[in-house]
Amino acid sequence: MKEFKYVITDPVGIHARPAGLLVKEAKNFKSTATFIKGEKSAKATALMKLMGMGIKQGDEVLVRIEGEDEEACCAALEKFMKENF
Amino acid sequence: MEVFKGTKIVNGIAIGKIKIYKAPVYEISEELVNDIAKEIERFESARVKVQEEQNALYEKEMKAGHKDTAGIFEAHAMMLDDEDTLIDPCKEIMAEGHTAEYAVRQAFDDAARQFSEMDDEYFRARSADVIDLKNSMLDILFGADTANLQGTEPAILVAEDLAPSETVKLDKSLLLGLVTRLGSSNSHTAILARSMNWPTLIQCHDVADDWDGKFAILDGYNSCIYIEPDQNIIDELSAKQAEDKKKEEALQQLKGQPSVTKDGRKVKLYANIGGPKDVKAVIENDAEGVGLFRSEFVYLNSKTDPTEDEQFAAYKKVLEELSPRMVIIRTCDIGADKTIDYMNLEKEENPALGFRAVRICLTRPAFFKRQLRALLRASAFGNLGIMFPMIISRWEVQKCKGLLQECKVELEQEGIAVGKYEIGIMIETPAAALCADELAEEVDFFSLGTNDLTQYTCAIDRQSASLEPFANTHHPAVLRLIRETIEAGHRHNTWVGICGELGADPTLTEEFLKMGVDELSVNPKSILPLRGNVRNVDLSKYKTESPKAEEAPKAEKKGFFGRLFS
Repeated sequence: MKEFKYVITDPVGIHARPAGLLVKEAKNFKSTATFIKGEKSAKATALMKLMGMGIKQGDEVLVRIEGEDEEACCAALEKFMKENF
Repeated sequence: MEVFKGTKIVNGIAIGKIKIYKAPVYEISEELVNDIAKEIERFESARVKVQEEQNALYEKEMKAGHKDTAGIFEAHAMMLDDEDTLIDPCKEIMAEGHTAEYAVRQAFDDAARQFSEMDDEYFRARSADVIDLKNSMLDILFGADTANLQGTEPAILVAEDLAPSETVKLDKSLLLGLVTRLGSSNSHTAILARSMNWPTLIQCHDVADDWDGKFAILDGYNSCIYIEPDQNIIDELSAKQAEDKKKEEALQQLKGQPSVTKDGRKVKLYANIGGPKDVKAVIENDAEGVGLFRSEFVYLNSKTDPTEDEQFAAYKKVLEELSPRMVIIRTCDIGADKTIDYMNLEKEENPALGFRAVRICLTRPAFFKRQLRALLRASAFGNLGIMFPMIISRWEVQKCKGLLQECKVELEQEGIAVGKYEIGIMIETPAAALCADELAEEVDFFSLGTNDLTQYTCAIDRQSASLEPFANTHHPAVLRLIRETIEAGHRHNTWVGICGELGADPTLTEEFLKMGVDELSVNPKSILPLRGNVRNVDLSKYKTESPKAEEAPKAEKKGFFGRLFS
């Protein structure tokens, strides 16, 4: 299992269009990535659940990755978050 | 002839036959079926079709240059890929033996409800997207022919309400005008109607099916629709429509044209805006920048004191979207007629002369610094001007600049980027106008707020109807203060603009240009008419009388012209 923390800097938070791109990115890997904020969590491949977490600017999210390609998946998602959120 | 009232969205007149647009209402059976695999297959093929449709709408809107609406459809297409919230629940319902139609209704309604219960307004609005997708899915599952709902000839379309995808799918060449029984002025349809300039009436409660095919005139100016109008109404409104068309064509010709007088004097035509939602109007009306961005909306739209991050997000959005245009943001101007609960301001006998604007900000520096930090952070994303309102004394300007500098140093220590910006003040009190020479030494620009300047100079409450006989918006004292402010500014290489209502007054355009004004900031709709006025002015006739007028360009020192023309 791998994980990383990230603080959202995008003013609208995890919203529709970039969230859709995030889902596409996550689907490139076999591992399961989960976004966790407080008591809420959603798989990185579940667009509307992810949006439904209402993640806003300034929120810290924990991303947990489990699976055979978790190393690569973790690196890719961390890079994606930094570039898009 | 019958006349019905509604709420207008766009001024303008539409003349033609009515076509009733009826979205189909579906009866969905709750009975169970045997062939589960077939239902899942029907669902899948509908899903793929709707997704293709949404992608096509995205492409169409991108091509038309409507990035905002395009984004809606791109997100729609992505939502339809969502297994957790849409696809899997639908499949589960179908696995119980329900039809694809039934599954879509249940699962999509569920998802829409979840969004509608969220705290954040942005996410709440997404529930309309899910409903829109549900309807598109049902159209396909029921095999409804939605292509023909609009008819085949040009018509005034009359509907209950229209969803975003319905509105966008309309064939614009067949659309004369739009009337809905429901709808709000902030709905997607209203926004689109405004940007397309369709004559539109919403909340027209008397809409009836038997209007279908009847001849009608939609009069946006008077917020009404005439069904089978009398000949005199037809004549009158046809003439008005022809006149509108001529005027509009003349205005459109002015887009992209320079704002320059016949003798070559340039003036910047900027827009006054109230929030990020007005950015579109700035671009559509070809404004060259924003001369007054009222930051009050961040305070008024919030139940609690807005945070630095909230303010930063709003300012950054506007700066980025309008870059490289200049955007002048006026710092908090609450007090007087704009009061806010969480500020706990005491009731005053005479609020217009009371605790407002920088007077509050300088008394509550922690509150003020949150805004200044947000502005400085946003300055890294565009071309920013920071403007302080209600100034009467030099020390106030120095104090404001001092706090700004403090914030800048703090941000730099925190490693946060700060960009370039200009500093200016509103000249809206006689005191500031008369001390303009000293004040000009402190700042890069002045902006004359003529509404308050007139009220304070003439001692006339601008909201009092009984004072109207005494009010004179062209009072010579006000015009003299404006002229002297412009001259004082130019003596110190401080550029001077006007952002009050007088700036848009066509009878004063020539006078202001003669005075040497560098910028006029007006409501976005006034930009093109004003440009027309400017281009008709010829100042050469004054040059022989007053050689002073040739001393332009006057404000190079602080980079305004340098930056604009570089």
